[in-house]
Formats: sequence, structure tokens, C-alpha cells
Amino acid sequence: MKKLLDDPENAVDDSLTGFAAAHADLVEVHGLHGAGPVFVSRAGGAVAGKVGLVSGGGSGHEPLHAGFVGAGMLDAAVPGAVFTSPTPDQITPAIQAADGGAGVLAIVKNYTGDVLNFETAVELAEAEDVQVATVLVNDDVAVEDSLYTAGRRGVAGTVMVEKIAGAAAARGDDLAGVQAVAERVVANVRSMGVALAACTVPHVGKPSFDLGEGEIEIGIGIHGEPGRQRIAMTSASEITRLLLEPVADDLHVASGERVLLFVNGMGGTPQSELYVVYGRARALLEERGVTVARSLVGNYVTSLEMQGASITLLRLDDELEQLWDAPVHTAAMHW
Amino acid sequence: MTLDAAWARRWAAQAAATVAAAKDDLTELDRQIGDGDHGHNLDRGFRAVVAKLDATPAAADETVGAVLKLVATTLMSTVGGAAGPLYGTAFLRAAKVTDREELDAPAVVALLEAAVEGITARGHATTGEKTMVDAWQPAAEAAAGADGATTLAVLEAAAAAADAGATATIPLVATKGRASYLGERSAGHEDPGARSTALLLAAAVAAAEEP
Repeated sequence: MKKLLDDPENAVDDSLTGFAAAHADLVEVHGLHGAGPVFVSRAGGAVAGKVGLVSGGGSGHEPLHAGFVGAGMLDAAVPGAVFTSPTPDQITPAIQAADGGAGVLAIVKNYTGDVLNFETAVELAEAEDVQVATVLVNDDVAVEDSLYTAGRRGVAGTVMVEKIAGAAAARGDDLAGVQAVAERVVANVRSMGVALAACTVPHVGKPSFDLGEGEIEIGIGIHGEPGRQRIAMTSASEITRLLLEPVADDLHVASGERVLLFVNGMGGTPQSELYVVYGRARALLEERGVTVARSLVGNYVTSLEMQGASITLLRLDDELEQLWDAPVHTAAMHW
Repeated sequence: MTLDAAWARRWAAQAAATVAAAKDDLTELDRQIGDGDHGHNLDRGFRAVVAKLDATPAAADETVGAVLKLVATTLMSTVGGAAGPLYGTAFLRAAKVTDREELDAPAVVALLEAAVEGITARGHATTGEKTMVDAWQPAAEAAAGADGATTLAVLEAAAAAADAGATATIPLVATKGRASYLGERSAGHEDPGARSTALLLAAAVAAAEEP
């Protein structure tokens, strides 16, 4: 394992130290190097009267979530250990820090660990008289949503939920309103990903799954955990088709509709290849008569240095489009 | 052999040593069907437990429950993932029914049953889903079946059942937790949470056998 690290055990804290210094105008990072529970809050604190937005999850998915703390998006983020959900004693103070008196929406990716820890933390925050609503993101179509699985995972679509709910909160919607907008995004966003190679968790020191040189894994989550099938490496066009078709079919996106097309990199795939996928995906959508009205291409929800990508579609309406376009100023997204 | 607060402290220390020794094996099991960090997360938690207990001198009237509560809150705030809240809840519920200086055999049964109830309530899992419940549930049942025996025999029965339960997860297809994403491909691998449960209960026996 070759990584730019001093001590693998301190990888998260050392990274957050740099993040805090680089973006001191946007964020405050609490509890580093044993000083207490680690979480990130917006510089200047909660905005009075605004619904606060909190998200969190394992580290290793940067810029998710800390990179999206700032005006128009999140008020606090909670980074866990690498690929491990944060703990309730981190999440609860983050919820409190995000509360400007109008309540807090917790945006939780549907992974067992995230759900259990947020559930506990929300109970604790409510005991401290903070009003908390929760939205569960489950955009991954690779996993069958049934009694026989933990349900669909929350993956790259989380960025859409955070951005659009953040804009709704910024324009002054109340907690129920922000939650309703977030639920609408969840209902209209779907994703699927592919891994071309595994990644290595710093403190483990070896690849987190075994993938042969000529193999790829279709339908991964954001840790490389599988969903659909392992197949032989093939062309970008074919891989794009294998990702896009299930997403578009599951979303029942119809001719004449508008979508946001998001091609997300897993951390180890160059931007140039992401644009190859984007171009192919866009052509496939146009064949279906679907208009790509908004686009996002880049590394937003990564899995350390994993090679791979995911495709996300969000069905747009006028309001979601306006909220997507609303100003945002965070470390990883701003317009 | 008395199952008192000193035993609970020895249990925690023994569990920490066992987990530290097995952390690579547990992580390897998790690499097969999960995300490959179970051993390391649990090791981080139990190292924190030992540090917390070392920093908290035993009071003369300390109860088993007080020690287990400290274990619970420390695991909850350091392990993360699914294992943190699940083990945390297990120990927290166990603490509630063991708020006494010494456990008899029925109290050991109550401890295990409370732990299982906590885990199933928090994780919404039941037996046969390839999770830690597949080790905890048979452990509690074996303990209840051994009622009337000595406390050590009850613990031994529980640990043996947990061990067998963990092994029995190998052919199962996971329907809860991260392994469920693998579907049929999860068969053939032992569930890391069930294995760590067996290790923790074996540590409880070892702590009871110490003078």
C-alpha cells in the first residue's frame, strides 16, 4: 500500500485538519486529535430561523459530506472512520450545532450502520429538545428493495438530496417543507455504479475486495460491495449501457421528460473517462426521447482510490430545477 | 468462582485481548461479505473500553451492571458501523438486568436474554439471516436450557452454542446487513458479527475461570 499518509490510524483526523485549514471561511472542524467527538459545522454557526441540514457517514467518500457544508447546502457533517458510519456521540452534537431554532433535517444514506447510529443520535437530540426529521436516501437500483436485503443503498444521489434540500432550507421552507422536498428528490433519483478495481482502506492495508485483472463488478455500492454481477471487462459504451438502462427503467423515465444526468467518479478514474461515460449516457437518453436539462460530472461520492463510476438520474420538474440552480457555496460545489 | 463486578471487568479485558488477537481474522471474514473493517472497529472499541475502565477505579459497591453500562456506552461511541449500536445496545440492556453485585445462574440467563432482545430490537433481525443474532440467540437459549447448573456451566453452554451458531452461518444466505447485497454469493462465508459474538462469550467464560 502506497498512500500519502503519516499514520494510517490518524488518516481521517490528519485529512480533516488540512480540510479545516483550507476552508476556514466555510467550516469549523470540532474534536480533532482526541479533543472530543469529531464533526464539521458551518463557520459562524447555525443560521437563526433556518432549518438545519445534517448528513454524515463513513470517511473515504470525499468530498461527501464535509465538502458540502456551506451556504445553500449542509449546516453540519459527521465523518466516521474510513467506510464506517459515525457514532451517536458525534452525530448528536452535529445536529445541535445545525439547529438554528427551526429544527434539523438529517439526511441518512440507507446503510445499516448509518441508519442505526443516526436513529440513536436523533433520539438523543430530541431528548435535548431539538426537533429532528429524517430522510433516508436509497437511490441504488443494483440492490433489490425487498424483505431479503437491507434495502436499497444510499449512494451518489445523496448529493442531489443535499443540494436541493439545502436550497429549500435556504429559501426559508419550514422543516416539514424541507423534508417533503428531500423526499421528492429521493423518490425521483436513481443510481448504479461499477468498480474496475478495488480500493485500500488505510488502516486495513489491503484491497477491500478481490477483483481479477480482467473483471469488473457491476452494481457496486460506494464501498465496492457488490449488487448485481461480476463480468469480464468490456467497452465504455457497454458499461454505460449496463448502468444507465436499469437506472432509467427503474425511474420509468419517459420520452419528453427532463432529467439531471450525474456521472460520478469513484476516486481513481480520470475526468476524461467520466466524460466518455457521460457522452454515451446522454446519447442513450436522447434515443429514449429524454432531455438532459442539467449535468454534473466529477468525483463527488468517492470510494478512496477505487477505479469506477456511477450514473445517477434525477427526474426534474420546474421547482427541483430551480432549487438545483440556486446559489451554493461549499468547498466542493459552488455556483 | 463469583460473577461479580470484578468478573465483568475481567470479561472486558479478556474480550479486548481476544478481539485484538483476532482482529485480522474478523476483518478478513468481513472482507469476504462486508466492507472489511469489523475486526479493526471492534478492536478500536475494546481498546477504548479498557482505557475507560483503567481510568475508572472500581468502587466497593460496584455492580456488574455498572461495568457493563460503561462497556456499552464506550462501544457505542467508538465502534461505529452497525456493530457499534448493536453491541452497545446488547451491553446496555444486559446492564439494566444486572445492576447487582453478584450474578447467579438465572441472572446470567437474564443477561443474555436482555442482550438478544436489545440486538433484535435495534437491528430488526431474527435468526437465519446471517447476522450476530445467529450466535446470540442460541447462546441465550442454551443458557436458559442449562438453568440450574453453576454460573460457569451456564456461561460455557452459552459460549459453546454461540460458537456453533457462528459456524452454522457459513452456508446461510444473508438477508440483513451489508452481506445481504451479495445475495446467494454470501453463502460459504462465516458472518463476522456472529464470530465476534462467539469470541466475546468465550471471553466471558475465560474471565469466569480466572481465580
